[in-house]
Amino acid sequence: MKVDRRSFLSFVIGGAAGTALSPLPWKLMDDSSIWSQMWPWTPVPPDGEVVYEDSTCSLCPGGCGITVRKIDNRAVKIEGKPGHPVNDGGICILGLSGLQMLYGPTRIKAPMKRMGERGAGKWQKISWDEALGMLTEKLTAIREREEAHTVAAIAGSDQGTVPALLARFMAAFGSPNFIRTPSYQDTDELAVGTLFGEAGRTGFDLENADYILSFGSGIADGWGSPVRMIKACSLWKEKRVPVVQVDPRLSNSAAKATRWVPITPGTEADLALGIAAVMIAKNLVGSGAVSGLGGIKNTLLTDYAPEKVSLSTGVSVEAIVEIAKDFARANRPLALCGRGKAQSPESLRETAAVYLLNGLTGNVNQEGGMWAIAPADYIQWPEVARDKAASAGLRQPRFDGAGSGQYANARHLLQRLPDGLNGNGPYPIQVLMVADANPCHSLHDAAAFKAALDKIPFIVSFSSFNDETAAMADLLLPDHVYLERYADVPVAAGLPSQTIGLSKPVVSPQFNTRHLGETLINLAQAVGGSVAESFPWKNYETCLQETLADKWDVLMQKGVWVDDDFATAGSSLQMAALDTPAVEIEGDAGTFPLLLMPYDSIRISSGYIGDTPFMIKTVADTVIKGKDGFVEINPQTAGEMGLSEGDLATLTTPRGEAPVRVHLFEGIKPGVIAMAKGLGHTAYDGFLADKGINVNELIGPVEDPSSGLDAAWGIRAKLAKA
Amino acid sequence: MKHEQKHNPPMKYGMAIDLDKCTGCGACMVACMSENNVPFKKDESNKLDSITWIRVYKLTNGKSFPDTEICYLPRPCQHCEGHGGHSPCVSVCPATATDYSQETGIVSQIYTRCFGCRYCMAACPYHARYFNWWDPVWPDGMEKSLSPNVSPRMRGVVEKCSFCFHRYQQAKNKAYLDGERRVPEEAYQTACTQACPAGAIVFGDLNNPTHKVHQIVKPDPHNGNKSKNPRAFRLLERLGTNTKVYYLSSREWVRRAGDNYLEHEKTGQVSKPHH
Ligand code: SF4
Ligand code: SF4
Ligand code: SF4
Repeated sequence: MKVDRRSFLSFVIGGAAGTALSPLPWKLMDDSSIWSQMWPWTPVPPDGEVVYEDSTCSLCPGGCGITVRKIDNRAVKIEGKPGHPVNDGGICILGLSGLQMLYGPTRIKAPMKRMGERGAGKWQKISWDEALGMLTEKLTAIREREEAHTVAAIAGSDQGTVPALLARFMAAFGSPNFIRTPSYQDTDELAVGTLFGEAGRTGFDLENADYILSFGSGIADGWGSPVRMIKACSLWKEKRVPVVQVDPRLSNSAAKATRWVPITPGTEADLALGIAAVMIAKNLVGSGAVSGLGGIKNTLLTDYAPEKVSLSTGVSVEAIVEIAKDFARANRPLALCGRGKAQSPESLRETAAVYLLNGLTGNVNQEGGMWAIAPADYIQWPEVARDKAASAGLRQPRFDGAGSGQYANARHLLQRLPDGLNGNGPYPIQVLMVADANPCHSLHDAAAFKAALDKIPFIVSFSSFNDETAAMADLLLPDHVYLERYADVPVAAGLPSQTIGLSKPVVSPQFNTRHLGETLINLAQAVGGSVAESFPWKNYETCLQETLADKWDVLMQKGVWVDDDFATAGSSLQMAALDTPAVEIEGDAGTFPLLLMPYDSIRISSGYIGDTPFMIKTVADTVIKGKDGFVEINPQTAGEMGLSEGDLATLTTPRGEAPVRVHLFEGIKPGVIAMAKGLGHTAYDGFLADKGINVNELIGPVEDPSSGLDAAWGIRAKLAKA
Repeated sequence: MKHEQKHNPPMKYGMAIDLDKCTGCGACMVACMSENNVPFKKDESNKLDSITWIRVYKLTNGKSFPDTEICYLPRPCQHCEGHGGHSPCVSVCPATATDYSQETGIVSQIYTRCFGCRYCMAACPYHARYFNWWDPVWPDGMEKSLSPNVSPRMRGVVEKCSFCFHRYQQAKNKAYLDGERRVPEEAYQTACTQACPAGAIVFGDLNNPTHKVHQIVKPDPHNGNKSKNPRAFRLLERLGTNTKVYYLSSREWVRRAGDNYLEHEKTGQVSKPHH
């Protein structure tokens, strides 16, 4: 589309004329003497001693090393730490603006209890003693009634000591309901378990690969450890490593790739299997890494012949064959999956197909290849003590059904909560605790999730920020932010190593907040009995130091601990069958002729952490303008619907309706429309709230039939001129 | 170096930004805002009054699906040298609030002198200058993150990228204390260069053959400082603004986007694209 280029050009040559013709300079000349007398209004930042303190960023799963510049006790700048094994001095836009979270208006500054209606935003500050007392009282009463299982916790992660303490609290208390928010990690764990037969995750030796085939992974859009990925992109450019990006939309990753393969969305698995079929047909398979190939060979050759795959994917036969040959002939080719920032689970079929490609190269657990890595095992705590109440609670099934029956393969199924709460669950939930997660915004059909919270009488949030889920709580027990506390930061995020970073308090806590680890230890001790027994630590710092044992000194000194000689989770893929079903898209094509896909932008934080004022400032005026959010559409499709640039339209999906503005973009497949994730906040602060649409409210969960994970990648939609 | 000259030859700080590497991540923009106390408002979607010393533009090749290509172009102040330091903006400023330094090649902006006539903004062909329509307001507590090295600007003045000049001053002081005659290359780097995860920005002294930026750009003093690198170009090079920010791209259409070329005209210095 010429729009962008033209505006840049006209900007360049027309800018001068435009400004000179505007009447404003003359008006301003008038006022100039007044203007120049207004200086005392601007702050004069006090000077002082300059110190730099190293820490680890934990705003995303990336785990970058940071150096914080301080003037006396004020942190004034965050920079990337040179020489750090993850980011070597580079840093992302989110990591750079961490101080706006630390000092920003969006912090929850003290423990608070709800005063008015739930969600009305009326709070009363209370003391930590009172706050913990309130929660202890509720929890103890529930435990006495032997209903410990009716307490649930939602956590943003299960890695590291802080989430582990929450999981341990649940186990000691007697509830099976520790629920992790969904992400590609769910699918990856499932795929490694299924294909390698052992628990673990994948890691990718991107720096040593010589051919990259990405199935929608946002390698320049925040996938994995974002700074490492962008560094890898530059390295590939320098080494002339071919990068093929399969993507229905010209994402930044596709723009950086050597070849962009626009695909019919949802058919990525077909393409991967088609490429595998060509490799097998042409005898281009590396030896050893896949067992059971004999059993699936015929299905592959017949059902995934290039001609068939071309029909479903929209990718030409020549392209399929060429990519398959190049991929197979490269020395160290690597295939990636997990769309965008890999913040959503994906279908097992797609993931298994892409991992099969890595297996076929013979590069599993080899330099430049895909690694299967055993889970980090540095947290070695004694078994929890279990009294009668705990044992009774733990005998109950999980509320989300994960781990049994139809959902035997899944560990966490947060998207099933609303249905359970609305009457189809095994029991009611009496208390919900939420840590480092904002499901009221980040879950598919966020509105339904929020509505279902009505059924939970008591909600506790440990959030540091005023997010949408904290807004629905009854009690706020705010955590420190990462710059105020110690924490281990284990980094998975596709790294082919076991890496642990250390977050250190760079500044003292700014408000009356408390470390979540500390809160949990306090809480366990207050509940008493066998729960207290399971939390023998004096405080969180002792717990962390004991847990890290011999790693503690290394971490205090270097800030990071890396083990390249880690245990693997199996060495070869076992392919049993290819009958894992595809994930269907919601909505019928008759009523909803378009496909709506959310997309990730590295400039828009879309998880528990919201965009900072600096970040939202970098978002283009074709993504948000004032309060309006935009939907991207191919000009051809827009033309058919009588829509032009900037038009107001109504976007409707089976899950909801929203007013949007239209942005024409040539780099999107006709018939597909896309919206940025992470916008449309109602909470946080005036810098983030009320801008654009939360695309998660327009998309519903779609369960992968093979696991129950919510693998929705879009939804059918229609657009009508408003 | 043994055979040092008696007087330091003037420096000419400049940049080479590799557009093949830039991913449009925006880290340079935020690194700059955070380093230089750039203010922010509740609504920044009106890009005409949104202050971003370095702004990343999205260019497209104008072709339709699936031949569309995009490229990001970060645009700091180009620190135009013009002829002998007559930058377009410097020449028009009635208050001498902006100046071309012959020592460093940096175009400065002195806020206390600026009275807001905005001639410089009209003169700058790159829209690198921004006017403060309001006094900056930091939400309660957030002024703690302000750096004392850069004074916050007030309503009614123009501001722009300074190549993080305060970092130069600090590096120069340190060099004197350390008994060094020149500021070492790594001792003075701009905030955007330092942050860029792609390593797309290279900053240094264009006059100094040991600096990476010189080696990449290879400026030709006999040809208006044009780069001898076939991938390099400058924005509106033919205007004679003699900018010190060079861009690199292996794509012809990107190089064309940097200037007003006629449809069939070839970009001046370019031989063959690389890929
Ligand atoms: S990539 Fe992630 S860990 Fe690294 S600086 Fe950015 S937010 Fe922090
Ligand atoms: S930080 Fe680097 S990669 Fe990111 S937009 Fe700026 S120049 Fe481009
Ligand atoms: S880019 Fe604009 S502001 Fe910067 S020196 Fe050139 S004319 Fe002046």
